[in-house]
Amino acid sequence: MSSAAYFPILVQICLAIALTAGVLLTSQLLGQRARRNAIKDTPYECGVKSDGNPHTRFSVKFYVTVMLFILFDIEVVFLIPWAFIYRDFLANNIEIVAPILVFIGVIVLGLFYEVKKGALKWEK
Amino acid sequence: MIDFYFSLPDIVRYIIQGIAVICFLFPVGAACSMAERKVAAWAQDRPGPNRARPWLLARIPIIGPILGYFGIFNLMADGGKLLFREDITPGHVNKFYFVMAPIVAMTPALSTIVFVPFGAYLDSAGQILPVMLANVDIGILGVFALASLSVYSLILAGWASNSKYPFLGAIRASAQLISYELSMTLAVVPVLLWINAPGTTGSLSLVRVVEFQSQPGFWGGMWFVFIMPVSAFIFLITIFAETNRQPFDMPESEADLVGGYHTEYGSYKWSLFFVAEYCQMIVGSGIFILLFLGGWNPLPWIPLADLVNWLHDLLHWQWLMHPIFVGLLSIGIFVTKVLIFIFIFMWVRWTLPRFRYDQVMRIGWQRLLPLSIANLVVYIIAIALLQK
Repeated sequence: MSSAAYFPILVQICLAIALTAGVLLTSQLLGQRARRNAIKDTPYECGVKSDGNPHTRFSVKFYVTVMLFILFDIEVVFLIPWAFIYRDFLANNIEIVAPILVFIGVIVLGLFYEVKKGALKWEK
Repeated sequence: MIDFYFSLPDIVRYIIQGIAVICFLFPVGAACSMAERKVAAWAQDRPGPNRARPWLLARIPIIGPILGYFGIFNLMADGGKLLFREDITPGHVNKFYFVMAPIVAMTPALSTIVFVPFGAYLDSAGQILPVMLANVDIGILGVFALASLSVYSLILAGWASNSKYPFLGAIRASAQLISYELSMTLAVVPVLLWINAPGTTGSLSLVRVVEFQSQPGFWGGMWFVFIMPVSAFIFLITIFAETNRQPFDMPESEADLVGGYHTEYGSYKWSLFFVAEYCQMIVGSGIFILLFLGGWNPLPWIPLADLVNWLHDLLHWQWLMHPIFVGLLSIGIFVTKVLIFIFIFMWVRWTLPRFRYDQVMRIGWQRLLPLSIANLVVYIIAIALLQK
């Protein structure tokens, strides 16, 4: 399949951006005008006066989750090319069941280790 | 007229098709907000919005009162009201990224549809040809790639707002979305294994998935939801989580985060986030239907081609076999299924309470992920045994 088949995707992305930008512009042009004031320019915190750094410190768990995601996602990505050839390999009697089970076993081992370590425990 | 259309240069055709699809997706996405309110009303045993009756339109016999009853005029008034509201960009935000976030939200929502075949027609040889914008091999992988970009809009919106609640909503959202992506991909892998039969070129195209569900015979005509119920179940839950729907709407849980990542937004910038969410729901349920519920085939074991042939044998009208009629029929069937699915989304929202954040993460990592891996292993072994 040539790369020309992918061209509609680019066209669609451009159309989507153009449409959204157009909507925002229209709303900006047609919208009511009002004078700015200090209340409008402060962060909304349910009426309480905003205090301190808006980008507060947050739990390190989020970083752990993202790192685990990257590890697992790469492993999942490896499974997709394998999905293409799995039944072909079976039909041609090439050994594939045991190797892929070992590969998935490594993923499971990793997940088991995480759970044991408490990396996924949010209530602690 | 069709000949004239196909004689146009490619780029013009792509633009026309793209605009046509957006012209369907955008208003339906917007109309979903009213459907949501009506479903909420029915679930809670009250009439819901039905009072807006403009003086001329409501006088049209039958249609006027029905439109009024279903709140269509309320919807129009809502749209107009939002358009004429003060489009405020607060002084404390990071202006460039603040304006960019709704655009980043809408772009993946409107462009994942290119990989979705929403109908099919038969050529003169009886071969099924899909109706879609870009018939490329990467199919489902392209959907995942584009759809996962929408997490950037939440992060941008939350970070650029320079405010505490949006920021908390954004980091919650990003962790939730990426957690459920894993199970989502793993749930689809058994389907991909099955459709890449020996002797065929490798493909992730959703068209191939539907073709596999419209073969003759008991096993051929069976939808994948019967063959792979666990995959379908995991995929369904992950769609809910990925589109931030209740019971997974952590990013905007009103009870503890005001409005989540879009607290500081207003006017159309705000409503674009909602239209994007509904568009993602439409595309997500479309993909679920293609993968597990037979796509444009009307019923299990009754493929589209059979239906058209039966109708033709019954009525002997020549135009029944015309590609345009078959195309419209298949699109109609597909859209009907999608709308039923959207209703299920709303039904769940008004039935189940929201999870707590640690529950959401536990379901994602400690329940769904092991379940999807176990499911995959079962199908690896089952396919190996079947093929021996």
